[in-house]
Amino acid sequence: MSVVDVRGLRMRYGSVDVLDDVNFQVGAGEVVAILGPNGAGKTTTLEILEGFRRRSAGEIAVLGTDPATAGETWRARTGVVLQSWRDHGRWGVAELLRHLGSLYLPFATAERARPRDIDELIAAVGLTGRRDAKIRTLSGGERRRLDLAIGIIGRPDLLFLDEPTAGLDPQARRALRELLHEVVDRDDTTIVMTTHDLDEAAHLADRILILDRGRIVADGSPDQLAKRMSGRAEVRWSIAGDKFVHTGTDPTAFVRELFAQHGAHVADLEVRHASLEDAYMAIVQRQESGMATAPLVALEEAPA
Amino acid sequence: MNPTTQAVRTGVRRGLTEFRHSMSGAESYSFTVFLAVIILTVLYLLRGHTIPGTSLSLATVALPGVVGMLVAFNTTLNAAFTVAIEREDGTLLRARAAPYGVVSYVAGQVVRVPLTTVVSLVIVMVPGFLLFHLPDHASAGGWLTFAWVLVLGLAATLPFGLAIGALAGDPRSPAQSVGLVSIVLVGISGIFYPVTAMPGWLHPIAQVFPYYWLGTGMRSAFLPPSAAAVELSGSWQHWQTAAVLGAWAVVGLLLAPVALRNAAREESGASVSARRDRAMQRLG
Repeated sequence: MSVVDVRGLRMRYGSVDVLDDVNFQVGAGEVVAILGPNGAGKTTTLEILEGFRRRSAGEIAVLGTDPATAGETWRARTGVVLQSWRDHGRWGVAELLRHLGSLYLPFATAERARPRDIDELIAAVGLTGRRDAKIRTLSGGERRRLDLAIGIIGRPDLLFLDEPTAGLDPQARRALRELLHEVVDRDDTTIVMTTHDLDEAAHLADRILILDRGRIVADGSPDQLAKRMSGRAEVRWSIAGDKFVHTGTDPTAFVRELFAQHGAHVADLEVRHASLEDAYMAIVQRQESGMATAPLVALEEAPA
Repeated sequence: MNPTTQAVRTGVRRGLTEFRHSMSGAESYSFTVFLAVIILTVLYLLRGHTIPGTSLSLATVALPGVVGMLVAFNTTLNAAFTVAIEREDGTLLRARAAPYGVVSYVAGQVVRVPLTTVVSLVIVMVPGFLLFHLPDHASAGGWLTFAWVLVLGLAATLPFGLAIGALAGDPRSPAQSVGLVSIVLVGISGIFYPVTAMPGWLHPIAQVFPYYWLGTGMRSAFLPPSAAAVELSGSWQHWQTAAVLGAWAVVGLLLAPVALRNAAREESGASVSARRDRAMQRLG
């Protein structure tokens, strides 16, 4: 059974459909990244799944329950990584984790001890040295690690992350990613995250959904997307100082042919598969050019 | 283990923890100290004046009224302001993301706010009572009256304050509206000067609100029975005090859960970050 099952999801503000017929499933233990340009509806989708926002239409089951009406037992099985700002500034790191963790105590099961051990958790997110520090004295990176710790303290079956590494420097970003891998791998946690960072999606996700203008325009593993959606590779080589470029769908066959013809004269050979970025750009651009008139139609229909 | 019981227990600890945090930060009570110094200075300057027709000093009669006023003022404003701020900064959303987190959050406020109110009462009562020789008649009954008026006063104003904070769209608006309404109500409720000196048409208005009854209740706790002469009815009216404060408590307890639930339901990561951006613009 899928952990997340979304069918015909629609979100409408006034006469504008922010999400339009979104369909996808997430299996147990899968890590799925929702990727897309700003304003594509990523955060809205996530907040509907989190039960924080009511949808306009569609059937949704998250852990077998409709998040819009789910109760606190359902809530205990989900984790949400929120971006802290200045909440709980006077609390100590361990103090806040212990406080929030104790709410999960009644929801412990034989398979899932809840909450996590505070000291282990603090060590896992690398905040041991800041255990008793006031939260308002934490750096941006430390705060995000604390946010993650709060999100997973109840050992959730399903974890939601909205732009988990936004605003972090590259080093802190990599550390947080490794941490996320490490912490959730052990518990077989299903993850649904949003990001506009391709690199992040490629590193973390088993599967990527590309959302553009309220619709899912691609769904697959990072490799599948890169290969299948773009399906092209670039071959560069030179013969006697002259440079050549060929773009095609079967680079291996092309190179075999190249050597058969030119043998040892071929130099500077380079084969580059379409990257996820190429695929993403291709998909989003194709959508944008194809749907360029859509907003106009929506405006004309608006008075009705 | 019942999760609701666990949430309430966690919330009580939350309230105590936040109270401890507030005690270690000097800035928390600076406003109360400032207010206490002003009020006590004014009363000290008026200590020679007596209430017409009695031998009671104006300062002696006003001080218990001030205690009653502080119960309502501090509790309402503290609760409203805290909820409005913590809604903006994402504390409420954090609560919502945890199982029974909102129950625990509210339990925390129900513990923290009264403790804070009691601290501000101590800040005013200890120097004030020494300065103006209160209570005027020594009796255990007086302190008992103080206790039940305090408890009912908290019950009348705390849920109401939480509801106002939950309904406020902006963290600054409850401070402005509650503050302004409170000052007007204090003015017409006979806190600083006997209500009998006010125009008659104001009396029924004053008697609808907790300020009037908290003032009367606290005067009845600390002043001699003869001082009841300054009251509207010439008596302490304990039953009416309990009835009006109790009615406010009931209304507040009906209103607050609905308001808080609605406020929490509207919270999401996007709404918190939108407010964060607005607040940043305000600052920068």
